[in-house]
This record gives sequence, structure tokens and C-alpha cells, in this order.
Amino acid sequence: MSKIFKNQIFIPVAALLLLMLFNLVIDPSFFKISMGVNSAGNPVLSGYLITIINNGSELAILAIGMTLVTAASGGQDISVGAAIAIAGSTMLRVLCGTNTRPDTLSTPIFVAFIVGCLVAMAFGAFNGVLVSIFKIQPMVATLILYTAGRSIAAWINNNELPIISDPKFGYYGGFIPGIPIPTPFFIAMACVIIIFLVLKFTNLGLYTQAVGINESSSRLNGINPVFIKWLTFVILGACVAVAALIKVSRLSSINYSVIAKDIEMDAILAVALGGNALSGGKFNMAASIIGAFVIQTLTTTLFKYNVPSDALPAYKAIVVIALVVFSAPTFREAVSKFVKNIKGGKNKEVANV
Amino acid sequence: MDNNALLSLRGIYKSFPGVKALQNVDFTLRKGEIHALMGENGAGKSTLIKVLTGVYTKDEGEISLEGSDVIIRSPEDAQHAGISTVYQEITLCPNLSVAENMYIGRSDDVIQNWKAMNAGADKMLKSLDIPAKATQQLGSCSIAVQQMVAIARAVDMDCKVLILDEPTSSLDDNEVQKLFGLMRELKARGVGIIFVTHFLDQVYEVCDRITVLRDGKLVGEYEIKDLPRVQLVSKMLGKELDDLSDIKSETAGSSVDTSGEPVIEAEGLSSTEGIRPFDFNIHKGEVNGFTGLLGSGRSECVRAIFGADRVVSGTVKKNGKTIKINKPIDAMKNGIGYLPEDRKVDGIIGDLSVKENIILALQVMKGFFKPFTKAEANAFADEYIKALSIKTASADTPIKSLSGGNQQKCILARWLLTHPDYLILDEPTRGIDVGTKVDIQKLVLKLASEGMSITFISSETDEMLRTCSRLIVMRDRRVVGELKGEDLTQNKIMSTIAGGEA
Amino acid sequence: MKKKVLAMVLATAMVLGLTACGSAAAPAAEAPAAEAVEEAPAADTAEAPAAEAPAASGEAIKVGIINNDPNESGYRTANDKDLKATFSAENGYDAQFAYSLKNDEQIAAAQKFIQDGVDYLLLSAADTSGWDSVLKDAQDAGIQVILFDRTIDADPSLYAASIVSDMDKEGQTAVDWLAGQNLDEYNVIHIQGVMGSAAQKGRSGALDAKVAAEANWNIVKQQTAEWNAENAQQIVQSVIDAGTPFNVIYAENDDMAKGAVAALDAANISHGVGKDVIVMGFDCNKWALEELLAQNWNYDGQCNPFQSSYIDTVIKTLQSGGTIAEKTIIMDEKGFDASTITQADVDQYGI
Repeated sequence: MSKIFKNQIFIPVAALLLLMLFNLVIDPSFFKISMGVNSAGNPVLSGYLITIINNGSELAILAIGMTLVTAASGGQDISVGAAIAIAGSTMLRVLCGTNTRPDTLSTPIFVAFIVGCLVAMAFGAFNGVLVSIFKIQPMVATLILYTAGRSIAAWINNNELPIISDPKFGYYGGFIPGIPIPTPFFIAMACVIIIFLVLKFTNLGLYTQAVGINESSSRLNGINPVFIKWLTFVILGACVAVAALIKVSRLSSINYSVIAKDIEMDAILAVALGGNALSGGKFNMAASIIGAFVIQTLTTTLFKYNVPSDALPAYKAIVVIALVVFSAPTFREAVSKFVKNIKGGKNKEVANV
Repeated sequence: MDNNALLSLRGIYKSFPGVKALQNVDFTLRKGEIHALMGENGAGKSTLIKVLTGVYTKDEGEISLEGSDVIIRSPEDAQHAGISTVYQEITLCPNLSVAENMYIGRSDDVIQNWKAMNAGADKMLKSLDIPAKATQQLGSCSIAVQQMVAIARAVDMDCKVLILDEPTSSLDDNEVQKLFGLMRELKARGVGIIFVTHFLDQVYEVCDRITVLRDGKLVGEYEIKDLPRVQLVSKMLGKELDDLSDIKSETAGSSVDTSGEPVIEAEGLSSTEGIRPFDFNIHKGEVNGFTGLLGSGRSECVRAIFGADRVVSGTVKKNGKTIKINKPIDAMKNGIGYLPEDRKVDGIIGDLSVKENIILALQVMKGFFKPFTKAEANAFADEYIKALSIKTASADTPIKSLSGGNQQKCILARWLLTHPDYLILDEPTRGIDVGTKVDIQKLVLKLASEGMSITFISSETDEMLRTCSRLIVMRDRRVVGELKGEDLTQNKIMSTIAGGEA
Repeated sequence: MKKKVLAMVLATAMVLGLTACGSAAAPAAEAPAAEAVEEAPAADTAEAPAAEAPAASGEAIKVGIINNDPNESGYRTANDKDLKATFSAENGYDAQFAYSLKNDEQIAAAQKFIQDGVDYLLLSAADTSGWDSVLKDAQDAGIQVILFDRTIDADPSLYAASIVSDMDKEGQTAVDWLAGQNLDEYNVIHIQGVMGSAAQKGRSGALDAKVAAEANWNIVKQQTAEWNAENAQQIVQSVIDAGTPFNVIYAENDDMAKGAVAALDAANISHGVGKDVIVMGFDCNKWALEELLAQNWNYDGQCNPFQSSYIDTVIKTLQSGGTIAEKTIIMDEKGFDASTITQADVDQYGI
């Protein structure tokens, strides 16, 4: 029993269940999923749960990269929102060519994505160099891009507003004809599967954790901490590019100043919600990803109950406070004492083993 | 029971999940005595200290100070009661001044009178004969002085009980003597001192009484004159001790063939850490060592061989072939292992499990894209946990929750797992208990007899004499001599270190 | 001192005015923006001859323009473009630009412009307060201040003119249009901008008043999406998920209307002229007007970013010694109906 409590993944799962329970009690229609047809005549599923897996996708993807960055560098990248603007802007620029409102795409979407990906990874690499080589605190280092990113994004398209009319581009943030589940969810799941395969078939997890916990010792064990830290930022760059594709595809357009606004905070929150120490070191990827969906569930729930979106951060703050208190050693000790008192001598025997 | 008792602990129990750290432990400290708290790692010394200082709360038991019961729930409570602790690691702030460190966190006043504080600090430092100035930045003092400042802080707080937890591990002999002087001074003032250390010599030099713990239980309390060393060691280990003599006989029999090509040979090696270019070689099955005072450059030499610091000149050959070592991984690929001097900073990866810590080096050598399977990793971990009898709840326990000696065994396991041709052990026995020390020394000789070349560095000369067949002596960052065969005596080493034929 | 400077400014202005008469080419009307407001400018301003632009040969009029970051929105981009086109060297201006979304940086820029000795200070303030002292400095230095787009809380004597949009009127025009659709029942999803902004207050106010007054007008959902399309999409999605019926989307800018429409499309709810849901937006982005033209949306309210021709007129008036009768100049703003909009409107008014 106590093992379940101690497992890191317990926190986000409990939070998710708690939110679900809340919705179940207040309004069970939260769980209703209905099959409909969208305006293009394709079958689509709709309902709050679908909305959650749909809109939570970008966050889940970003949480992957943010978890690695946090683990290796002991800090967070606060420029992901701005980087999404840059990557999205780049993709649109490549797709549009010179005309901001093209009837046909000037390059295949795949090519545009690759270019956007390279750009986002390059900016990630830039952040990574600042952090790993110049030893600047991650938050400070990424503050540069956080400040300048959206202007760069606007500059890429000469401050014009590209709009893609080709419906195919909308598939990535919407639905593929004939498949009623939102595409972003598939993309997110693909990313999740990829990262789990990477963690299973490479030593990325071991290395990032080792570097995050004890850089000096990792170096003496043959790991190159500078490279590992840099690598995590580049991986986050790739995650940013994928999230950017979904974001710009959702509206087939971009608004440089508000696209993915404050998403970095949600991504960091997802990592924290997953019970990962923001000071780096050990991480649990699954917990972070579940954390991302917890945040989206919270957001969707708040929208449902008419909480204005500018008040959302306040509610998220409450969640963070609850979380911090819950995962604090003092609190846990108190709880375990409480449990001990209830169970009496039972626990003592366990301790003897 | 004892009218002179300053502090007495009765029937202390403390358990952690999976471990009974203290069981029915009694401890009595009298006024004006220096009382050694001895025991192997994991015997419960640290836990007892932490219970006493409020870091942990005891499960059961009573603590009384000067005859009246006290309840200690936090370090603040302990401080108010007059119990102060100076740890092995300096817990002060190196970037503040000495005076600030002495007074920080002690006053509830918003406004501090710095002038008075500096004057007070200077007076205290002077009265205790501590070579530091109040306004000096703490970080600019030597570790020994920093430790003394920590003690001065405790004294200034009118502490009745002073706990010194491994204060001498990072001090050289001279500094240790100064510290002892300070301890005697405090003793004369009536302060009760609890002295936790692994150095038997020091215990016999300065202490009045010894309390021995083993496996979380009290073994006994003894007057120093009633307990000869051998007895003490056997009490700590819980068995009669012939092991030490065993080792000696083994060493006597060991002879190494040094006629062939050396396994590792370095010429004119120097690094950014400022050691003078030095030559070095080691043969198959040989155990040699670097000796010298702290800061003489012994660690820097081996770090240069391993590529831990940036090498600026020199060549390294392995079995006669020149190899290029720019960074640790190069050395590892050439069959060199390095157990670093500072276990906490350079050795363990605290939050990772025992298993991960053990497989780490081999895993890195195997490659980024070839992780061990769970089964392989478990097999490796289990094999070495058993072979080195590492005391851990499981292979998945975070290494930081192990005792120092067991952590060191894990690091040793890490390098043994890579099956190196040449293993560097830099202070492998520092801060660990006598039993493990003996284990490690034995292991070194066993490995050497199996053909491994080992460089062994230790601050304890007798340990080096027991294990090494050749000693490289260093002074002021340069190699000043090499001793072997009959020259391997304490006196000869001392005189070589001191230099200048006296 | 003050008088002296003023005299000098006037003298220069007169000289400029004289040379201007002699010059043949005064391409004031070339800026695309100028066309957009062809019917507007001279009405409120004084009797100054508008065509009297300073000559290229004469000394240029120095203007310091303090604006918000052009990347902030499509509106601001169009606004900045328009200003740059009008206050060009060809038109006889020597313009310096400073951009910031922060009041203190804007004030610092103003101080720099005052030191540089500009003739006119054009200001779109980030915040309404805190401007008194710097504007006094400008006045002391004989610099005329013209506010555009946003007003400030300062004594009107500190500035020469203020050219603004009337957000209340924008909202009222839109609500009047909506009332004119004569629906049996109005179930409105009201997506608001950043709360407390002038645009939000003006555009929300008219609708709130109408809903309070009429029995058959209901707000299904009223929430801020902070000008953000994604938030708007989520808000509308949430209403759809809840199954509450609605027939009007009143989004306080085009981006949010677009987000709302994306949610409608996903749920196959028809929208536009003669369809189930009426879609309303603001700001007249070109792409939004195109949506109107395609009858996917129903209404778009203009928020006119083309203040430069008004400013130009004011400067010309002041240069020629004229006075500004009414300090606050409200710009003409339209509302477009999908059933009547033309391609020409899109080209002319789209930003």
C-alpha cells in the first residue's frame, strides 16, 4: 500500500482521478462522447474527454522535452512558447513561399515540417550552448529567446499573416478524413512511443539523470555532461517543432504574439506535477506526460464552469501549491505517521524486514 | 547514576523503513571530557548524533541535560539547549565573513551591530588561538580554520555539549594538532565533547572515554586506559581480529616481476592543475602508491593519468603502445579505472540506485545505444553486492541512503565491473570504518595477485605500507622520491616527504 | 524662451509653407492609407489647406513617433505601415520611430525625442497615466504633441489633438446590426478580449446593455479568450461539448472569431449568411473580410488603424498657423455585412 503512495506516478494519477471524480459528481455529461460529422463531412468524435486528449497533445509533447531538460540541467526552458512561434512561422513561410495567402502549397508539408524542425532545434541548440558551455542558468539563458522569439517569428514572415487554405494542412491539428479521433492525439502518442523506445534502447535516461544529479561524477565515469545537456535542449527543440506544427495547423494560420502563449509555464507545471524535482536529477517520463493531461483536464474543466481564461493561472497556482505541499517531505511524514497510527503495529513489522 | 553527567541518553530507539538504526542505546557524557563515539559505518553513530541534534526525532527514549529532561525536536531546540555540532563537511557559508558566519541566524534583532560583532568575533578567535580575522571571507581560510570557526561559533553560543563529527578527515597532521589543542582548551573550560572519528590514533591521543556501537546497539562504554587498540577494533567489528596480521603476511610474500614492459607508463605528464611533469610506470600485478601531504599533488597525478583534469604535456603508453587520453572515457576504454578521492562530489550519483551506480562505468563504455537489459543489470549488481558484501536494502535503493563505507564499495564495484587492467584507488578508505578498510586492503592485494595493476593512495601511511610494494613520494606538487623494498618504512617515508637530509 | 522657440517654429513653418506653394509635386495622397479615409479628414479640423505639404527641397518636419510594438497585432502592423508610408521623406517628413509596449520605455523615448528637438511628438501610449511631466517638458520645448489610437489621462492643454477610435461606437454599431437581423431569439457566445482593455470595454458594453434590455437576448457563455484564437476555440468547444444551443458568436476580434469558427467546423455546425450561427468579428483583417465575402462570417466591425492621414492634416493645419477646433478627433469606422461587402471593400479596408 505504502509502495503505491511512494511511487512517483501516484501524484499525477491521483490528481487526474480527483479531477475526473469532481466532474463525475458535478456533471456526468463530462464523460459523454458523441459521434458526429464535421463541416468537411468527416466523422469525428466530440466531448470533453476528446477535447482533453486533443488540446493536451502539444503540452504532452513539450513535457517530454522539458522533462529531459529539467533532469539534465536542473533548470527549465522558458522560451518554448516563443520557439513555437518561430517554428510555426518558419513552417508557414516555407509552405507559402512568397505569397502569404497561397491557393496551393509551394512546398510539401513534410518539407516545411523538416525545415521548421531544424530551425527549432537550432534555437534549442543555441539555448543548449548557453547552458552547457557557458554555464548560464537555464532560465536566464532561455530568457533571451523568450524575449526575442516572437519578434523573430514575426520577422520571418515580414510581419504578415500567412493563411493556408489547403485543407490537408488542417489535418495535423484537426481530423484526418475517415478517422474520428483528433490527429494531435496520434501525434502526441507517436512522440510518447518514440521517447519510450529511445529511453529503452539508449542510455539517454541514465545519462541525463546522472548528469543532473552529479555532473562531476558523471564526467569521471566517461559521460560528456556538456553534450548531454546540450542534447536535451536539442530534443526539446524537436518537441517544440512538433507542437508548433499542431498549433499552426489548428487554425492554418499564426498569431505571433499569442500563439502558445504561456505554454512554457504549463509544460514546466506538467513536469512538476509528475513529481519530478525541478532542480534536476531523477525523472519519470510517464508521470510528466500524465501531468500534461492533468493540466489540460483542469483547463477544460475550468472552461466548462465558465472560469475566465485570464483567471486560469490563479487556479493553476492553487494546484501547484497543493502539489508542493503534498509532495513535501514534512507533509508525507505526517501522513505516514497518521497511517501508522491507524494501522498500529503493522507498519513496524514491515520496517524490520 | 553518574553525578558528573552532563548529558545522558537512555534507551534510544530509532528506526527507518527497513532498518532498525538504534536499539536501546545509552550514552553518557560528563563535564570536561572528550568522549569518542566509535563504530563501523552503519553502527548508528550518525543516527545517534542526528537524534541528539534534532535532525531526526527519536522513536523512544529519554534525553537529559544537566539532570533535567529535554525535548529536542529540531536543530534549533538542540542549539537552545546548548548542543552544537560541527560536521565533517563545513556547513557554514564560504562567501560570508568569519564574523558573519559566527553570528548568522543567532539573533532575533532586525538590526545587527556589525562593529560589535566583529570585535566579539575577533576576541573569541584570539582567545581560542584561531588564526583568522573576523572580517576575512570564510572561504579564504583553510578547511581546518573553517572548522575551527565553526567550533568558535559553537563556543560563543555557550554550548555545553560540542559534537565533532569526523572533523579531521580533511585535515593534515599539523591542522589536526591545532584542532586537538582547541579541543583540550574547551575541555578545560568544562565543555563536554563528543568526538566521532575513524582514526584510532586520534582517539587514543585526545579522548578520555570511548563508547562503542555496533549494528545500532550499544557495545559498551570504556575508559581509554582500559581499552587497548586491538580490543577496540575487535569490539567494533564484533570479532577477534587477526585480519590485520593476515594482510601483513600476505604482503611479505608478494613479489612482482618488474622486468617486463610496464602496463602503464607515463612520461613528462602534467595537467592544468599545476603539477610538475612527472614520470610514472606500473607493472602487471603491481600495487604502488602516491604518498605525500595533503595538497602535495598525489591526487592530481592520478587524475592526469585518467584524463580527469586537462593534460597539458606528456605521453602515456599502455603495454608499450602510446595511447591518447584526453578525457575519462579514453582512459576507461584503455582499461583504466579511477576511484576518486572525494566520494560525495566525484564518486556517487546520489539519487540513482545502487544498481545504476554499479553498472554506470561499464554501461558508458558499452555505449549510448546499447543499454544493458534489466536482467543483465540486476545480475551485475547482485554479483557485486554479494562479492563485496555491500549492505543495502536492495539493489534499487538510492546509493545516498547507504553508509559511507558501503557507498565506497559500490564505487569500487563499479570499477571492478569494467575489469580494468589498471585501477587507481584514491583514498578508498577515507571516512569508512575499520572493517571495510581491511576488506578493501585485502581486496587490493587479491586483485593484484590476479594480475591487476593498482595504484593506491591513502593518508594513512601504515595502510600504504601494508599494501604497496612501491611508493612514489610527492612534495609541493612534484615527485621527490620513490621507495621500495627495505626503504618502505614509516621513518623513511617521513623523511622523504619532509625532504632535506636531516 | 518659450516664446522665442515658438516664434522660430512658426517662422520655419511659414518659410516651408511658402516654398511648398512653389513646389510642383506634393504626393500627399500617394499613401494607400490616405485613400481609406478619403471622406473623413477635414470635417472636424480647421480651415487649413490640406494639400499644402512641405516641399522636398525645404527643411523636413521632424516628427518623433512613439508606438506600440508592431508585432503586437495585425492592427498595429497596419497602423505602423500606414504611419511609415505617410511620414516619409518624400512627403517632407523626417520621422523617427520608437516602439515599446511598456510605458516607462515609451516615456524614455519621448524624452529622447524632446532632446533631439523634434517638431511634433506622435504618441500611442501603452498606459493612460504617467505622461503629465514629460508632456509638460515637450510643451516647454515648443513641441506639439498629437495622440493617436489611445488617449491618456492628462490635461488636454498638454496635447494638440487626439485621434482615436470610439470603441463604444464600434460595439454599438455591431449590436445594432445584430438587432437588425431580427432573430426570434439571440443566444450569444460572447468571447471577450483582454479584460479591461478599451476595445474590450467598448465592444462588451454595447452587447451587455442590449442583453440586459431585451428579453429574447441571452448570453450562453461570456468569457475572455484574451484575443487568443486557441482560447476562443476551447471556449466554443466547451459550449458545444455541453450541448447548449446558441446561434450567435460575438467575438471581440477576428482571431477569436476564427478560433470559434474552427470549433464550429469540427462539430459541423453551419455558420455564415443564412446558416445556423451568426459569426461576428472585429478589426477588419483582410483575411477576415475575405471570410465575409465567402459568406462564412456575417459581420466584421472596423477598428480603423489609419490615423496617419488625420495626423497629417492636423500637422499641416498647425504648420500653416491654423488651430484645431476640436481636440478629440473620432475616426470614421464602418461595420461590414457579409451580404453587402464587395471585393473593393476587402482591398480598401482590409488590414
